[in-house]
Amino acid sequence: MALKVGDYKTDVHNDWCPGCGDFGIVNSIQMALAEMEIPRHETAIFSGIGCSGKTSHFINVFGVHTLHGRVLPFAQGAKISNPNLKIIAVGGDGDGLGIGAGHFVAAGRRNVDMTYIIFDNAVYGLTKGQASPTLKLGEKTKSLPTPNTNYNVNPIGLAITSGFTFAARAYSYDIRHLKDLIIAAINHKGLAFVDVLQPCPTYNDINTRDWFNGVDRKDETTQKPMPRIYKLEDTDYDPVVHYSDETELNQKKTQAIVKSLEWDNRIPIGIFYKNELITPYTRRLVDKIPNYIENPSALQNISKNHTPTTKIDEILDLYKI
Amino acid sequence: MSSDFTWMIGGPQGSGVETAANIFSQVFSKMGYQIFGKREYYSNIKGEHSYFAVRISDKQIRSSIKGTNMLIAFDAETIFRHANDVLKNGIVIYDSTLENVKVSDVITFDNDFKERLESFLKSKNKDDTIKGILELASENDVSIHSVSFRSLLIELSEKLENPRIKNMSRMFNVLGVSLSLGLLTIPPEKLIESVNSIFSKKKIIAEMNVSAANFAYNYAAAKFENADIKFNTYEIEKNTLLVQGYYGTSLGKIIAGCRFQSYYPITPATDESNFLETNEILDVDEDRPGSTLVIQTEDEISAIGMAIGSSLTGVRSATCTSGPGFVLMIECLSWAGINEVPVVITFYQRSGPSTGLPTRHGQDDLLCAINSGVGEFPRIVYASGNVSDSFYDTANVFNYADIFQVPVIHMMDKFIASSVTTCQRFDETKINIDRGKLLDKVSSNDYRRFEHTADGLSPRSKLGLENGIFWNTGDESDVEGHISEDPVNRVQMMDKRQSRFEYILEKIPESEQIMKHSDGEFCVVSWGSTQGPILDAIEMLKNDGINIGFIEVKLLHPFPKDLLKKLFSHSKTIIDVEANYSGQLGSLIKQNLEKDPDYYILKFTGRPMTCTELYNTLKKIVNNNAEKREVLTYGA
Repeated sequence: MALKVGDYKTDVHNDWCPGCGDFGIVNSIQMALAEMEIPRHETAIFSGIGCSGKTSHFINVFGVHTLHGRVLPFAQGAKISNPNLKIIAVGGDGDGLGIGAGHFVAAGRRNVDMTYIIFDNAVYGLTKGQASPTLKLGEKTKSLPTPNTNYNVNPIGLAITSGFTFAARAYSYDIRHLKDLIIAAINHKGLAFVDVLQPCPTYNDINTRDWFNGVDRKDETTQKPMPRIYKLEDTDYDPVVHYSDETELNQKKTQAIVKSLEWDNRIPIGIFYKNELITPYTRRLVDKIPNYIENPSALQNISKNHTPTTKIDEILDLYKI
Repeated sequence: MSSDFTWMIGGPQGSGVETAANIFSQVFSKMGYQIFGKREYYSNIKGEHSYFAVRISDKQIRSSIKGTNMLIAFDAETIFRHANDVLKNGIVIYDSTLENVKVSDVITFDNDFKERLESFLKSKNKDDTIKGILELASENDVSIHSVSFRSLLIELSEKLENPRIKNMSRMFNVLGVSLSLGLLTIPPEKLIESVNSIFSKKKIIAEMNVSAANFAYNYAAAKFENADIKFNTYEIEKNTLLVQGYYGTSLGKIIAGCRFQSYYPITPATDESNFLETNEILDVDEDRPGSTLVIQTEDEISAIGMAIGSSLTGVRSATCTSGPGFVLMIECLSWAGINEVPVVITFYQRSGPSTGLPTRHGQDDLLCAINSGVGEFPRIVYASGNVSDSFYDTANVFNYADIFQVPVIHMMDKFIASSVTTCQRFDETKINIDRGKLLDKVSSNDYRRFEHTADGLSPRSKLGLENGIFWNTGDESDVEGHISEDPVNRVQMMDKRQSRFEYILEKIPESEQIMKHSDGEFCVVSWGSTQGPILDAIEMLKNDGINIGFIEVKLLHPFPKDLLKKLFSHSKTIIDVEANYSGQLGSLIKQNLEKDPDYYILKFTGRPMTCTELYNTLKKIVNNNAEKREVLTYGA
């Protein structure tokens, strides 16, 4: 029997603030899983700490709510051990790009075949509104005592330069578009990153829903708001690296980074970069362990009736006198 | 006949001291001797002083002694540091071109050592030169043999008509060991066999080194005055291995079915991960090859995080680290604690605090392993006393992790890691694998990961298991694994987890908790790698007619206080022996048994204890003229 979106929901009470952009993300993940008909037990959501960390409790698949900044190590350990699992890691921008930035970069270098979604609202919500790594220099959200003194991280740019082979940006109030991007990310062969712009109605009074919708800037003739968000797929932008060639690769990386810097008046969402010519991590393991894909760590039998099945005679013989 | 002999070679890091020592160890192990070798080195890649002392005996030995019977030196620093340590009637082979080198010429000396050495030589009315310090040695009936290593190379180069050889000072190590074996008139074929086996991977290099070995051997046999020491050849005991100290935990992991190890490089833990990666593909009975996946991570946080992620898929997983890496793992360790995730942390201690003495030995992280963490949660801290024990213990700690669903910290240290010893072949038939309540099938659809049960242990599902869906969180959780801040649930969950402590003490066999080696009115209590020097010292005392008891605590947390109390009841005087400043096991005894050990013998120079030091100090205690706290300091 086909699973419905409802089958991917738990009955855990969701305590996010009313109007929170997180709702759109959790719904999109559930919709994506249902649309892809992924069996529940073959999927695991790993989450970090903070409001977004609670995501794993709302989705009715395996849920591993880890530690602040550490979602990627946990998730990669599981995926590498059992490559048959579909793994989605989620976390906030502070989690992934502040305390977890080292893991973010290292994960890009590995290119493990899984999906990482950042809930990007430019503030630390659960600790009451401090500046996060994506808040722009000089901005002062309402609970900051003084304007932000740090330059912001560019999540898409960092992902691409770190080696992520799929980098996309979404907007959490456009659920259908976000759901499609999540499906594309899950289907991508390699580490896929989705940066979701997700207004925090409680603490980020700058990048609000109205701001994204352009309520503050009206078309002079029509008097209608001019939305800041636009979709890359509505332009002639091509994110895909089509062939293994340095010029092609550099061009696609550079255009993505330049594109990701657009802000203020026009904010692109969609797929910025996609490269399936780079080998995913488990494929790389085959170079040293030829049967790793068929016989990964999690599927190996280590004992029979409590007796070890591994033989160490040959190794011991090397040290025999 | 000589039954107990210590040979030492020193030189700058990178000069092949270890290779020379391996050749020496192989030769004597093949002559039926027991070997105990230890390596000392600076935190440095090239140039700083390193040395390797190999003790051989026809009896079982488990530690080093104070002093050296034979010293091989092709650089000045080795002579300055160790010549005074050569025992009466001992031997020095050194490079004659060094004779006039002054203490102040050696740029790698620490200033403190330089000053100490200069004033020492002055107090003995000796020049502050190699010549001066060697004069002192010969006054102690040490025979000194000098040879120019460079001239040997030149002669060899002419003999082989290979001009390249005369500049190959990296062969000084092989020359050194061969000179010593020539002087000791060891059968030369043993030397050649060993050189061939050590360089077996590179044929040309092997050939060159064989020539050098033959040449130096013959040189010493012809030119050096006979040493008048005779070494018998014994039948090799069946099933003897010559192993590096970290082979025990490495092979223990392989046999126990550890299939995932993530690590971040750190001395002295990394050798284990390297060994596992070198032997990554595994031979499996009646099945396709298996594999231990070894992953070098970006830091220790990631290392433990990945190991936990792996464990959640049902894999036996581990990480291996040292003190500065372990403390980075604490938050994840706490997460494994609250989520009841089995994971093994092999903890090769070195000497702190902070970076401390990064390449030296210490046992100063016991309390850190026991106490560090966020909040209160069950864990096991377990220690091994030698390489062979560590093999069997490693298999046991994986069982403990699975059965009790807790993280296990397996304490090892630098002393074990960088020793080379003969030991009995590890017996795979003694290994048993018990995965506790790990499920491989869930048929009902009401599975709950943290279900309350009579023994406090819930059936454990794994990621990917049909009907076995669960949630984990670092927050307090309900039986399904969802966040709960309910006070009643909180008490139930704390009780569930913390009841593990008593259960562990009840279920782990007493013989695995504490090892009682011997009985005595005076009784040593210790943990970890001090086992070797203690056993050797006790045997020396036995020859003097003194019987000393020895209790080795292996399970350090939860602390087996009732068992220890029972074992102590036979002894009047308790002597705590540890390689740290404060006597950390002693403090656990004080806390749990309300009894302070009567004596403490401690060493925290970063150098391992010798049996000689322990013998002397234990004797002082027996003769009632020791301080309550005796501090050992021997070693360069």
